[in-house]
Amino acid sequence: MSKDDKNTKSELIEKEYSTLNLGPTHPATHGIFQNVLKMDGEIIMDAESTVGYIHRAFEKIAERRPYYQITPLTDRLNYCSSPINNMGWHMTVEKLIGIEIPKRVQYLRVIIMELARIADHVICNSVIGVDTGAMTGFLYIFQMRERIYEIYEELCGARLTTNIGRIGGLERDFSEKAWTLLDKFLKDFPKELKEFENLLMRNRIFMDRTIGCGPISAERALNYSFAGPNLRAAGVDYDVRVMNPYSSYEEFDFIIPVGTNGDTYDRFMVREQEMWESVSIIHQAIEKIKKEPKGIFHADVPDFFLPPKEEVYNNMEALIYHFKIVMGETEIPKGEVYHAVEGGNGELGYYLISDGGRSPYRLHFRRPCFIYYQAYAEMIKGAYLSDAILTMSSMNVIAGELDA
Amino acid sequence: MDQSLLSTVGDKLKTQFGAGIISSEMIADYPVFIVNRDIIEQVVKFLYHDETLAFQYLTTLAALHYPDNKGHELGVMYQLHNLQKNYRIRLKIFFSSNDPVVPTITSVFSGANWMERQEFDFFGIIFSGHPNLKRILNVDDMNYHPMRKEYPLEDGTREDKDDRMFGR
Amino acid sequence: MSQIEKSKIEVVPSPPGIEGPGFFATRIDKAVGMARANSLWPLPFATSCCGIEFMATMASTYDLGRFGAERLSFSPRQADLLMVMGTIAKKMGPVLRQVYEQMAEPRWVLAMGACASSGGIFDTYSVLQGIDRIIPVDVYIPGCPPRPEQVLDGIMQIQKLVETESIRRRDTPEYKQMLAKYNIE
Repeated sequence: MSKDDKNTKSELIEKEYSTLNLGPTHPATHGIFQNVLKMDGEIIMDAESTVGYIHRAFEKIAERRPYYQITPLTDRLNYCSSPINNMGWHMTVEKLIGIEIPKRVQYLRVIIMELARIADHVICNSVIGVDTGAMTGFLYIFQMRERIYEIYEELCGARLTTNIGRIGGLERDFSEKAWTLLDKFLKDFPKELKEFENLLMRNRIFMDRTIGCGPISAERALNYSFAGPNLRAAGVDYDVRVMNPYSSYEEFDFIIPVGTNGDTYDRFMVREQEMWESVSIIHQAIEKIKKEPKGIFHADVPDFFLPPKEEVYNNMEALIYHFKIVMGETEIPKGEVYHAVEGGNGELGYYLISDGGRSPYRLHFRRPCFIYYQAYAEMIKGAYLSDAILTMSSMNVIAGELDA
Repeated sequence: MDQSLLSTVGDKLKTQFGAGIISSEMIADYPVFIVNRDIIEQVVKFLYHDETLAFQYLTTLAALHYPDNKGHELGVMYQLHNLQKNYRIRLKIFFSSNDPVVPTITSVFSGANWMERQEFDFFGIIFSGHPNLKRILNVDDMNYHPMRKEYPLEDGTREDKDDRMFGR
Repeated sequence: MSQIEKSKIEVVPSPPGIEGPGFFATRIDKAVGMARANSLWPLPFATSCCGIEFMATMASTYDLGRFGAERLSFSPRQADLLMVMGTIAKKMGPVLRQVYEQMAEPRWVLAMGACASSGGIFDTYSVLQGIDRIIPVDVYIPGCPPRPEQVLDGIMQIQKLVETESIRRRDTPEYKQMLAKYNIE
């Protein structure tokens, strides 16, 4: 049979695509969102995403709660790194009110945020390993996440949804035990991370599996408003900590890791390197704190920061402040402010409109997961089904941030 | 973000669009421009393609509802960002809730697709020219737009929580 | 050959019965109960933050595998225990119901976290105020999110329920009435 005959024969066979529902409940999707895939055998032709299966109406709730009660709400956005969300909210309100936070508090906040970033990237990278079949890395590196949980427990009492910090500073200073736990963590974590890297980073099977899987070019990524490690893997070095520094990040010395192709391997590598940078930032913060006067853990704003309990019971003025803050009678200035922090997934923004009342008039969250998940359909066109699963887990889609 | 950015961008916009730019001011540290609703797509395109301004990154867009401003109840806020020079501006448009139609900007930014669907879902703003304007976060057969100020937060049909005890 | 000290390893105690050379006689429901309780196959229906605490419970520090629940089943047909972890929105309700209906008897349901038990802090128009609105629940674990020790306590309570359950329970009219209340066939 000549070549022309073969071609006409294949044209006569009608292509019928099958539909596969990568439904809301699926072992490999970390979170609940649905993708209806149109497949040609094993290759994906088209995808349609449905989200909203965990829509909890955060923006509406925020219009009803006083400012300090919105912190537990922000916890549940990207719950793998909840301290970053909390700090972002506190900084937004402090920007609205116009409070100046002392340097020591800013450095303590940096330590807390970088620990959260390490925790988030630990989950994402180990889960990329699990999705390629490597369960061992996940089990070993998750122990480090337990250590971070112990540090958070010492600071604020909770493991996962921390509700850490207050408007105007932190609720308590780091105790001796917290410093000891932090030092031990900083001693043990590099060894464990190196072990995890040896397992996966130059592993032939892992590299073959992830290189070229789910790529996106820098132009398309910018057009889709990507941010965070996904954008940095595509080649654009945009990091909110460097571009619009907050909480004295401009004094710290760290590099921004950048990839080339925007595929899964680049995203994995960017997150790995960011973990190393976070460890270095925490070391620098500890050095800087040693030079600051001891014991300061909040700004001097009695209007917004609860006075210590001993004074409330003995001092009339402190009692009045306590009452006014808790009942929401303090004067929050009117205004409109936008503040962004570098969350685990990118630029997490808070757009706050205040009309002087106890609760915000409008609070809009700029959620990076929601914005970059739109590009998922484009990223998996023409890929195999298993590559689609791997792309989704490497994008670190957290359902809480997706739906809010 | 300082006054000079306000005047740079403001002058360029005024020369290009004239009366379409209703006002310009600095709020906190952002230049905010209130623009006529009908030309918003052209304004965004102009800011995208201009060589010196080059606002080629859409940070976010959010809808606003002020039920007390008669004739201008609904609004949309766009935040644009120039990554190379670190310029950030905010554009706002206002329109009546009887006529909530806004031109879409998905032709300029693909990322605005889901953001506009979210604002349609929450506020009922119809983006004309949008490729797929359906509800995104709420259930598909919901018949009202929940983020508008007149609707309550709680589900009125639940019977296990006594509103009197919760102070509602 | 190293000797493993028997006293350090705790195995599941055998039910009361008569023992002899080569045989062990006990009541059948005790034997079945012991087998079921110590080899539960959970279906982790993880939706939000409680899912991450479940991952921590499955990991090495708080190992859930030592209770027999090592093999997670993501297919409802092969699972015994439906663990609902996280907020269930109204959009997700029908999906949860479908998963529950596909499970084969005997099946148990564990509601982990405040959101699954009663809606949690999200008293809004889009969140189902507790999964017991749509499916019957056996054990509720409060917490936001509950500590892994609390999750293990909840699993142990499920194990107690499973061990002491009568074999004929699923055929009794009371059970059928309870299912009819939820409109489940």
